[in-house]
Amino acid sequence: MSDKLLKVENLKIGARIYPPGEKPRNIDIVHGVSFELEKGKVLGLIGESGAGKSTIGLASMAYGRGGVEITGGKVWVNGREILGTNLKDLRKLRGTEVTYVSQSAAASFNPAKKIMEQVIEASLHQGKFSKKEAEARAVELFTKLGLPDPENIGDRYPHQVSGGQLQRCMTALALCPEPDLVVFDEPTTALDVTTQIDVLMAIKDAIRDTGVAALYITHDLAVVAQVSDEIMVLRMGDMVEHGTTDQIINNPVEEYTRDLVSVRSTQHDGKPPTDNPVLTVENVTARYKGTNFDVLHNVTMELHPGQTLAVVGESGSGKSTTARVITGLLPPREGKIHFDGRDLSSDLEGRSRDDLRELQMIYQMADVAMNPRQTVGTIIGRPLEFYFGMRGAEKKKRILELLEEIEMGPEFMDRYPAELSGGQKQRVCIARALAAKPKVIICDEVTSALDPLVADGILKLLENLQKIENVAYLFITHDLATVKAIADSIAVMYQGRVVRYGPKAEVLAPPFDDYTDLLLSSVPEMRLGWLEEVVQSRKMESAGN
Amino acid sequence: MHPVLKLVAQRLALSTLLLLAASVLIFAGTTILPGDVAQNILGQSATPESLANLRKELGMDQPATTRYFNWLFGALQGDLGTALTNGRDIVDSLGGRLKNTLFLAFWAAVVAVPLAIFLGLLAVRYRERWPDKLISAVTLASISVPEFLIGYVLMYYIGVQLGWAPTVSTIYDSMSLGEKLGAIALPVTVLTMVVLAHMMRMTRAAILNVMQSAYIETAELKGLTSFQVIARHAFPNAIAPVVNVVMLNLAYLVVGVVVVEVVFVYPGMGQYLVDHVAKRDVPVVQACGLIFAAVYIGLNMVADIVSILANPRLRHPK
Repeated sequence: MSDKLLKVENLKIGARIYPPGEKPRNIDIVHGVSFELEKGKVLGLIGESGAGKSTIGLASMAYGRGGVEITGGKVWVNGREILGTNLKDLRKLRGTEVTYVSQSAAASFNPAKKIMEQVIEASLHQGKFSKKEAEARAVELFTKLGLPDPENIGDRYPHQVSGGQLQRCMTALALCPEPDLVVFDEPTTALDVTTQIDVLMAIKDAIRDTGVAALYITHDLAVVAQVSDEIMVLRMGDMVEHGTTDQIINNPVEEYTRDLVSVRSTQHDGKPPTDNPVLTVENVTARYKGTNFDVLHNVTMELHPGQTLAVVGESGSGKSTTARVITGLLPPREGKIHFDGRDLSSDLEGRSRDDLRELQMIYQMADVAMNPRQTVGTIIGRPLEFYFGMRGAEKKKRILELLEEIEMGPEFMDRYPAELSGGQKQRVCIARALAAKPKVIICDEVTSALDPLVADGILKLLENLQKIENVAYLFITHDLATVKAIADSIAVMYQGRVVRYGPKAEVLAPPFDDYTDLLLSSVPEMRLGWLEEVVQSRKMESAGN
Repeated sequence: MHPVLKLVAQRLALSTLLLLAASVLIFAGTTILPGDVAQNILGQSATPESLANLRKELGMDQPATTRYFNWLFGALQGDLGTALTNGRDIVDSLGGRLKNTLFLAFWAAVVAVPLAIFLGLLAVRYRERWPDKLISAVTLASISVPEFLIGYVLMYYIGVQLGWAPTVSTIYDSMSLGEKLGAIALPVTVLTMVVLAHMMRMTRAAILNVMQSAYIETAELKGLTSFQVIARHAFPNAIAPVVNVVMLNLAYLVVGVVVVEVVFVYPGMGQYLVDHVAKRDVPVVQACGLIFAAVYIGLNMVADIVSILANPRLRHPK
């Protein structure tokens, strides 16, 4: 009925949820979304978590994750309506006509089987290629995707290759059976920015060379702008806006889209350092127990009262280990921690209650940092009892003050964490840290698990609280946009060393060292053609060297 | 050295140490038991002199450590001493018994292990539906009833009322394999019912746990059938926990069959042990204890090693 590759009409998707202590009930996730996709085109689906992006992507394979069920509408692939067909025919569609690339290749590869076996499995199962043909095609794809040693990488097990390489193997897995459509579900979200660029470029080239069509799902507008022809913005299961990439990025019509495009609006002028840092990390070298190599080498940094020091770097650069040393969880081999004019004991046992109180911590996963069986009031009230011995009315008054500071009403006092949104949970964690009246709060990737708009709200809150309470933040993040938004000074870490350190204006101004340059230039920018420019300039640089 | 070899060597060494420790416990435990073998043999009317003579003859006058090392080195050379009550060589009388126990355990395992794994897979395939619930209900009910009760009930209904199987499972060397299997049909049934639930529940839980993984979704999205997904992608990742519980149950089949052997008058280790405990025949009890400990530790070691080998991260380090 249609010459389009994929046609989705009034798609409705629901799920059965099992809230704790309540009867199971059905909810709607997607309420009537329609779109079309031509052969060889890429459509970006963008939105925050809960927008229904992945659900719609999987619906193009007539697949519902967990309790998700497609409740209405029609989906045509290659002119065939697939929602009404039986499971047997669907199995022929999946893995041949439509394939899927998931967010975490590390989890999506079977750890017990070799990469090659998994890459060619669908082609063999569907009888599309012989084993020999499929392997030859896989090697060709490995080469195209820029994987090292393409002839032999298939003989490895998933744990034997890096995260970025595995993500490319996943793309090879999806492209191997020569599908007409690939669903990319946040394929670069779990990667470091420097790795993301390579994978992104590899995916883009592969899409162009094979002429496959794609649904590209992500929450990062800057990323999707690089690979897609069209973008559809989704919010809470509804289509907000659908247009060409150029139109969405440069002339968004809807207010929500404009918010998304302009989200890193917070700017923060760095304050100059003071004479008396509240926290000094001095020449710290550390290693984990039972290992024989140092993970931190001579790390030195200062944090000034009421200011924010951002510690940036890729995964494995030693950011979180630095935090562990500061909090006393990992006593350093060498070096010292000075805090507010005194030396801190290197291990936790040697620290006084005041040492503990004045140094608080907020974590990435607010979910697991709270006891799910305690109410918000109990969670925030605990440090009040523990450090200040507050009881009864006095404690309640302080809890209400703190709730007000984090812009949440008194009605939240009796709620449980499960009843809160992701952003609200993180706010409660902030209130709990503030309750101890700390001088320093270590924020470990506190906005990384949040949607951009929500994260922006948290950053604004942290900034306001800093003004009110004069608290200093040691802000650990891999996200340079966050750093620009909040930092007074910056420490760039790479392989356990501080490679660049100073006030924000200096660190972010040229001339750069190689690593900082790589890091800064890898942050996706929200304009068309950015990816090609970066890759081109890197090629020229390496040719110049 | 390859890390797997290193880990396996570690397991072997640890198991040997553990067995040594177990031998100390067995020896110490039997030594501090109240009662006197000499008194038992000679009866209440024995004179102090004859008692002292017999003790000397039995080597009971030597210090415990000396006796322990004599016993241990004897055991290492395949000499477990002689039974006090009838003066026969323990290895000789035990050999046949052990063979019978292993025979019973082997056939129980041959029935129970594949059945348990099959039922586990079936329960996963139809999870939360009636086949799953029925399998769980039946296996859990059968494990909850004491095995001697199941034994007597089966004996009464199947053996006596229906006459399908003999109620006494005594076997002789002269019997053919078929006759032997007929004789042990009832105890094999009882043992299967006792060990089925653990293994089936563990298989079900381990595979269901793996079924939550993202790579199962990948497999489903390749268009594989449910059975292919479970067998090819889920089961290889569920081997380690399943093997562990299978080995624990195999060990139970060897060392835990005392009750069943007694109920069915089966000439195995269990009966032999019970007879000699009643007569305070310490060397026999020690020998049985040592063999049971060796079986238990050995099977658990096998489970550990299989788990190590099943882990691709250990088999193929970076």
